[in-house]
Amino acid sequence: MRLDHKIILDFVKPQSKLLDLGCGDGSLLALLIKEKSCTGTGIELDEKAIYECIAKGLTVSHENIDSGLADYSNKRFDYVILSESLQQVLNPRRVILESFRVGKKVIVVIPNFTHIRARFQIFFRGRVPITKELPYQWYDTPNLRFLSLKDFRYFCRDNSIKILQEIGIVGNKKVLVRPNLFANAGVYLLERGK
Amino acid sequence: MPFNNQDIITTQTITFCEQPNELRLESGEKLGPITLAYETYGELNQNKSNAILIFHTLTSDAHAAGFHEGDKKPGWWDKMIGPGKAFDTDKYFLISVNVIGGCKGSTGPASIDPKTGKPYGLSFPFVTIGDMVSAQKLLIDHMGIKKLVCTAGGSMGGLQALKWSVMYPETTASVIVIAANTRHTAQQIALHEVARQAIMGDPDWHNGDYYGKSIPARGLALSRMVGHITYMSDKSMEEKFGRKLISKERLGYDFNQDFQVESYLKYRSDTFVQRFDANSYLYLSKALDYFDMAEDGSLSKSFSRAKAKFLIVSFTSDWLYPTYQSKQMVKALKVNDLDVSDIVINSDYGHDAFLVEAEGLTKLVRPFLKRAKI
Repeated sequence: MRLDHKIILDFVKPQSKLLDLGCGDGSLLALLIKEKSCTGTGIELDEKAIYECIAKGLTVSHENIDSGLADYSNKRFDYVILSESLQQVLNPRRVILESFRVGKKVIVVIPNFTHIRARFQIFFRGRVPITKELPYQWYDTPNLRFLSLKDFRYFCRDNSIKILQEIGIVGNKKVLVRPNLFANAGVYLLERGK
Repeated sequence: MPFNNQDIITTQTITFCEQPNELRLESGEKLGPITLAYETYGELNQNKSNAILIFHTLTSDAHAAGFHEGDKKPGWWDKMIGPGKAFDTDKYFLISVNVIGGCKGSTGPASIDPKTGKPYGLSFPFVTIGDMVSAQKLLIDHMGIKKLVCTAGGSMGGLQALKWSVMYPETTASVIVIAANTRHTAQQIALHEVARQAIMGDPDWHNGDYYGKSIPARGLALSRMVGHITYMSDKSMEEKFGRKLISKERLGYDFNQDFQVESYLKYRSDTFVQRFDANSYLYLSKALDYFDMAEDGSLSKSFSRAKAKFLIVSFTSDWLYPTYQSKQMVKALKVNDLDVSDIVINSDYGHDAFLVEAEGLTKLVRPFLKRAKI
């Protein structure tokens, strides 16, 4: 099992209601439904991925994350999940705040653009980094936003979002020391200050 | 007997609502007796818990799968219904049901009014999508089916499937709505009004009293031409016909037909006139135009009674029932915390896509049906 999926599995309480924004082929949602007896809905823009979600028996909506949240009533979900999709939306701040409107807690996975290997590439090669986790050329990337774990912490602070947990990961290992330098992704469990 | 797509199928009929137990229609008028035409595929299991109800479009009929005696073409959704297909007849008992007001075996304006012994014509009462559903419920009751695995249809059939979810929420476990909407818009009503005016403007129409005389063929053909254009997309017409000429090298510079698209429309409308009743076209198009799921102006309120799981499908190039209208439906269902999945399928086939895109639909329908709790 992917480590980020395993961490999310640990975050989520059994029998929760989930909304997975940018659910892809639905494997995370299917895992949470199976292992934690959750119920859930996915939102996904890619038509092919919708077929895969439906084949897995999932509920899924063919929508853009930026606009698809408006259809849901307040606090309908226990968790809203943004697994490697936040950096691909047009308006991440609005999406996060909307996520807190429809959900009680928000789980976010973001790639860390300031991982040490990326920093080396910028510093020594003078080029925009291309790593295993971020394999895209500048002209051909789904990512619209480039942020570090540190940037995300500041974002949370400025928007009254409490970080309940931050787990940095590299490959299939947790990063215990200096995650902003050594993790290539961060998994967050978030709550909005009252 | 298990169903096979090569089977010869006969349309069955059932008659109920004999006087004085006529069906009270939404207009306040009464209709009875009512004959309903239907076909079934597959076998009803012992506890009657594997039935699916299928609804057809404006000008179609109950013949959805298999062959009629002597026919070269199978039913209209044969690609979707059969052993191992989207609607798997090895698992489910499919009931394809006709609508009242039509002319394909069920009671409609061409039927004999028992009070006069003559065809109803315009004395036939107005029927709505809700009235069609009420009549279909009587068929299900007669079969002893308490709960349906699914109600499913495209276009006008989709409207009926949707209506079932709110009229009989306890009966409907899941709903598949394809290329449909929650209310007819001004553009849809306008297109229908052109079709109706074409029929009513035909001198042979005689206020609907033409049975046994010459039929308003020109008007009906014209209305079908308009309809056909709305079922295709700009792209599908361009690919099918382009500017290709009919067996000639150059333009004729006269008002004979030059282009293939012209002869296609003429051919299709001429065959249509042989198989469809003009008055039914008037009644059914009106039923579609009257359709509005919103009660007291609130669409979300109207779905508050629904309990089913929903699958809503639309097609990118469908300009008759555009995808944004399906999205409005999805939104209203979500507001009620209902379990709704939706997809906008990328297709060039316009409104007709729901009959053509069987491969994509199969990938959706098969797993979706498994989730229906009954």
